Amino acid sequence: MTILESSISPNSPDFAANAEAMEAQYRKIASAAARILQGGSEASRQRHVARGKLLPRDRIAGLLDPGSPFLEIGLFAASGLYGDEVPAAGAIAGIGRVEGRDCMILCNDATVKGGTYFPLTVRKHLRAQEIAEQNYLPCIYLVDSGGANLNNQDEVFPDRDHFGRIFFNQARMSAAGIAQIAVVMGSCTAGGAYVPAMSDQTIIVREQGTIFLAGPPLVKVATGEVIDAETLGGGDTHTRLSGVADYLADDDRHALALAREIVSHLGPAPRPTVDFKAPQPPRYPVEDVMGVVPANDKTPYDARELIARLVDGSDFAEFKPRYGTTLVTGFAHIDGVPVGIIANNGVLFSESSTKGAHFIELCCQRKIPLLFLQNITGFMVGSKYEAGGIAKDGAKLVTAVSTASVPKVTVVVGGSYGAGNYGMCGRAFGPRFLWMWPNARIAVMGGAQASGVLADVRRAAIEAKGGEWSAEEEAAFKQPTLDMFEEQSQPLYASARLWDDGIIDPRKTRDVVALSLRAALNAPVEDTKFGLFRM
Amino acid sequence: MQKPFSKILIANRGEIACRVMHTADRMGIRTVAVYSDADAGALHVETADEAVHIGPSPAAESYLVGQKIIEAALATGAEAIHPGYGFLSENPDFVEAVEAAGLVFVGPSAAAIRAMGLKDAAKDLMTSAGVPVVPGYQGEEQEAGFLAKEAERIGYPVLIKARAGGGGKGMRKVEESADFPAALASAQREGQAAFSDPHVLIEKFITSPRHIEVQVFGDSHGNAVHLFERDCSLQRRHQKVIEEAPAPGMTDDLRQAMTDAALSAARAIDYCGAGTIEFIVDGSGPLRPDGFWFMEMNTRLQVEHPVTEAITGVDLVEWQLRVAAGEALPLAQEDLCIDGHAFEARLYAEDPAKGFLPATGKLGHLSFSEGARNDTGVRSGDEISPFYDPMIAKVITHGPNREAARSLLVAALHETHVAGTATNAEFLSALAQHDGFVAGDFDTGLIERDLDALIAAPVLSELHIALAALVALGIDPAAPRTGWRLWGAAAHEIRLAHAGEVNTRSLSLAPDGSVALQDSGETRLTLSQIRLDGPHISARLGGSGARVDGVVRDIPMPTNRLVSILAGNVVRDFDIPDPRSGNARAADHGDAVVAPMTGTIVHLDVNTGDLVEAGTRLGVMEAMKMETALIAPRAGVVADVLCAVGAAVEGGAVLVTFEEEAAA
Repeated sequence: MTILESSISPNSPDFAANAEAMEAQYRKIASAAARILQGGSEASRQRHVARGKLLPRDRIAGLLDPGSPFLEIGLFAASGLYGDEVPAAGAIAGIGRVEGRDCMILCNDATVKGGTYFPLTVRKHLRAQEIAEQNYLPCIYLVDSGGANLNNQDEVFPDRDHFGRIFFNQARMSAAGIAQIAVVMGSCTAGGAYVPAMSDQTIIVREQGTIFLAGPPLVKVATGEVIDAETLGGGDTHTRLSGVADYLADDDRHALALAREIVSHLGPAPRPTVDFKAPQPPRYPVEDVMGVVPANDKTPYDARELIARLVDGSDFAEFKPRYGTTLVTGFAHIDGVPVGIIANNGVLFSESSTKGAHFIELCCQRKIPLLFLQNITGFMVGSKYEAGGIAKDGAKLVTAVSTASVPKVTVVVGGSYGAGNYGMCGRAFGPRFLWMWPNARIAVMGGAQASGVLADVRRAAIEAKGGEWSAEEEAAFKQPTLDMFEEQSQPLYASARLWDDGIIDPRKTRDVVALSLRAALNAPVEDTKFGLFRM
Repeated sequence: MQKPFSKILIANRGEIACRVMHTADRMGIRTVAVYSDADAGALHVETADEAVHIGPSPAAESYLVGQKIIEAALATGAEAIHPGYGFLSENPDFVEAVEAAGLVFVGPSAAAIRAMGLKDAAKDLMTSAGVPVVPGYQGEEQEAGFLAKEAERIGYPVLIKARAGGGGKGMRKVEESADFPAALASAQREGQAAFSDPHVLIEKFITSPRHIEVQVFGDSHGNAVHLFERDCSLQRRHQKVIEEAPAPGMTDDLRQAMTDAALSAARAIDYCGAGTIEFIVDGSGPLRPDGFWFMEMNTRLQVEHPVTEAITGVDLVEWQLRVAAGEALPLAQEDLCIDGHAFEARLYAEDPAKGFLPATGKLGHLSFSEGARNDTGVRSGDEISPFYDPMIAKVITHGPNREAARSLLVAALHETHVAGTATNAEFLSALAQHDGFVAGDFDTGLIERDLDALIAAPVLSELHIALAALVALGIDPAAPRTGWRLWGAAAHEIRLAHAGEVNTRSLSLAPDGSVALQDSGETRLTLSQIRLDGPHISARLGGSGARVDGVVRDIPMPTNRLVSILAGNVVRDFDIPDPRSGNARAADHGDAVVAPMTGTIVHLDVNTGDLVEAGTRLGVMEAMKMETALIAPRAGVVADVLCAVGAAVEGGAVLVTFEEEAAA
C-alpha cells in the first residue's frame, strides 16, 4: 500500500481562493446545463405533454432501472450554435442500466425543432453509436424525430459521417451482436424510418408513432393518394400489416416497459475480464478537488494531490517516481476498477515521454484500463530538446497511446495544448470517453503564444520593408487573436462541437471515471499490438 | 405429567384447532386434524400429527358432518374428540354419537347442552336455581291492566315487544307508567299489522347494559370452580370485538354475587367441563350486586378464553382434556386468583369502510407483534376463503394492570402487519384508544354510538405513498450513485393503486440521498437519511426533520405486485400495476356489475333485456354467511347476465352488464 499524503490544507486561504475560482467556472457551466436540461420551449413542452407523450427525460427515466445512474453524453452539444435554439442538439444520449444491463440510450427531443437532425445532432447520434460499438452496449433508440433538418441538409445528408452512417452503424452493430432496439414514440419519417426498420426489435406506440418513407403530404404530391398518417404508417399498420414494427404499445409508459422486457431477454452481459476490488472511498474528500487546482492556471501543482482525491483509499502505486518527473504514472483502483493513471506534472520531456510509453506497455500487457489526467501545455521546446530527440520520444508516447487496446479514459483537468493533447490521449486518439473540467482550456497553443508567433512574423515583414511597428500597434494586432483563442479554447465552445463527451463537475470526477470504466469494460479487452517505436 | 389421552382428534379448523393442538402437543398427546377441500394446506393440518380429509369446502358437507368426524377418529385411533367452538361443539346429538362410538367428547354431557340449549327453559331452570334473570312477563294473559301491573312489578323503564316481532317493529320503550297504555296499544297495533299477531312480551329495559360472563369449570367428581369474569361489552351487532378480564369497575360484592350465581347455574345441571355463564349487567352507574341477570350459558370453550388464561395462568384446554379423561380439577377455588389484566382483540378480514363486509383474499403477508399472544390459524400466503369465519387472529395482551395491558394491546395492534386483504385492525386500534374504553366506562352500545369516529375514512398519507414508492421502485438512496446524473437530478415515476384509485407520483432523487415525492410537478414531501434494512425503512421528514419508521413489504401476488406498508400505526396496501400490461380497458363499472367479493350467487332477479332503474336489486350473492345484494349502478337495459344461481364467482368477476347508454 502506498497511501498518498496530501500537503494541502483545506483550511488555507489559497485553498479557499482556488475553490472559489473553480466554483465560478463551475457555475457558468451549471447554469448552461440547467437551461439545456429543460429541452424545448415551455410552449413546445406543453404541447408535447398534451398529446399524452412523456417528455424525453421522463422517457429515459421510465426506461432505466429505477435509481440507475445515467452517464449523459454530449449534453452541451450545439450550445451557442444554430442561434442557441437547439439544446443538447435536440437529442439526449447516455449510458444507463436497463434490466441490469448497461445500455446506450438515444432519445430524440421532439420539443426541440421537432426532433430534427442538425449537423451536430447527427454527430451526437454517431458518437453515441461509436461509444456503444466500442463498449458493446445495446442501443435503445427512443425515436420521435422529423428526420433531417432540411435547412442544413448539405451538412446532414451526403458525407461519410452524416445521416446514412447511423444505419450503417446499426447494421454493423447488429452483426456484432450488439442489440439494436427502437421505440417509435413519434414521427419517424423518410431516412428516419430506417432507424426502426434497421433495428433488431421495434416497438411502436399506438396512435402516436408513425413510420413512413414519405408522409401524407409527400404521398399526395407524388401519387395523388390521400391518406391519413395513422393508416399510412401508424402502429396498427406496422404491427399488423407491414411488419416494420414488432410490438404495439398503448402509450409511452407501456412502450418503455416493453423495451425493458426486450432487454431482459438479451441474455447476460459479457463478463468483464478485469478483477474488481471492493470499492473504497479516497482518504481525502473528492469535493476538495475544487480547492486543489490553483486559481491561476500558470501556477503548477502536484497531480498527486488530485490522484489522492480520486483513487480508492488514496492508494497509488507509483511507477518510476524518480524518473521523468513531469509525468506521474502508477496503478490504483477507482470504485474498485483497476486503472493505470497517467497525469501531467509539467511539460513533457523526453524522459517523461518514454516513461509514459513504458507505463502504457505495462498496462496493455496486463490489460489494465488507462486514465489520462490531462493538464499539459505541450512538449518541451528548444535546441537542446530538439537535439535530444524530443520529437522522437514524443512519438513513442503518441504511438503507445494510439495503439493501446485497453480502454482509455481522458479527463482534461487543465490545459490541453498542442502535441501535449496527442501524447495525453486527446480526442483524436480514441479514448472511450473524454471529459472536461470547467477550468479546462483546449487549443493548438496558448493565445499569447499564437498571437506572439503571428506578431513576430508580422513585425519581420514590416521591418523588412523598413517600416516601424509600435508596441501599441503590436498589441492591437495581437488582440483579435488573443480574443479568438480565448473564446475557442473555452470548454463550452469545445463541448458544443462535441470535441469531448461533456463538461463535468470536478467533484463528480470519480463517479464519471468509474462509470466510464465500468461501461468500457462491457467489451472484452483486446490484446495490444503496438506500432513501431522510433528508437 | 400424566397424559389423559394418547391421541385426540380436533373437530375444528383455524385458530382454535391450532390452539388445542398446541396444548395437546405440550402434554405429549398426538393430534389428528380434519379438513375440508379448502383447508387441505391449512395451518391446523400442518400443525397436527395426522390429518383426515372429511369432504368439500362448505362446512355443512365437512366440519358439520359428525359421522365423518367420528369415522376419522376411529380410523386414526383417536380416543377423544375436541370440538373447539362453533361447528359441532354444542350439538348434543353429536355428543351422543361420539360416546356411542366409544369415544370421549371433550365437553359437557349431551344433557347439559340440551338443558342450556333452549333459552326459555334455561331461564326457568336458572330462576329455580336462584340465579337472577332479566325480569319480564312472557305469559299468555294480554289484558292491558294486567300487563300494566306486570310492568310495574318489573320496574320502569320497560320494553314492550311484539312476540312475533323483529327488526324493531312492534317494540316500544316505556319510561314511566303513565305512558304505558298508549305504548302498549301502539305495539299491539303494529304487531297485528306487521305479523298478524298482537301478542306482546314485557321485559326490563337495561339502560346501559354490559355483557359480563363468568368462566366456570366442573369435573365428574362433583367439583366446580369459577375462573372469574370477562367483560365482553364491546360488541358490534352482537359480535364481540374486544374482550377483557377482569371487568372494569368490578366490585368484590358483585364478583361474589355473580360467581356464586354462575356456580349455582353450573351445579344445577351437574356441569362437567368448561362453560360460560353470560350475564347482562346494569352499567348505568357503579356496578352493584343486584344489577346483573342471567342471559345464557355457553357449554363450550369460548373464543375469548385466552384472557381468562392470561389472568389465572390456567391452560383451559389442558383442564378440558383432564376433566374429559375423568381427572379431578387440578386446582380448587382458593388456589385461583387474578393476576393483572388481559385483553383480547379479534382481528378479522373485513372491511369497516364497507359496513364490515367480510373480505377474502390471499394474505400476502402476516406478522404479529412479539409483545402479544397471537392465536391464529393462518400464515403468510394463506387464503381467506369465503367458506368460513374470516377471523385472522386473536391478539391477546396481559399486563400488571388494565392500563398496562391496554397499552400493550395498542402497541401490538400497531405492529400487526396484514397485507393482501382488508382488516379491522385500524378499527380495533381506534377502539382500544377510545376515551370511554380507556376509562373503562362503556357498555354494549359504545361501538354503534361512536361507529363513525371509529371507522373514520382511512387517510392515505403522502408518507405512505412515498415509502411505498421507494420500495416499489426498488430504490435505495443510500446506495452509491443511486439516481446519479452528470447534471440535474433523476426522477422516476411510479403508479400505486390504493383502494381502486391510482396515485401517480414521481420520486426525485437528490445527490445528497434525499428524495422528493412529487405529484404533477409539485413536491408533496421530502425524505432524507433514508435507511433500508430488510423490510424496515426509516427516514427523516423534510421540514420538521421528524423521524419516520415503517415496515414495507414487496409481495409478489398471483396476478400483481403488492406493496404493503405498516407505518404510522396503520397498514396500507398498494397494487403496483405491471407497466407491461399497458392500459387495457378496465371493466367499465358504469356498464357492469361486478362481484364485490368471492362467493356464491343465490338469487337472480333480472334477465337479459330487462329494463331496470338505478338501485334495482339484480340478484343476491352469499359469501361468508352474509348475503349481499347486487344493485343496478344506473338505469338501463340488461345486456347480459353472466352468472347463474348457484354459481361460485370470484371477487371482481363481471356478473351483469348493461347496454351502452345512447350518447346524450
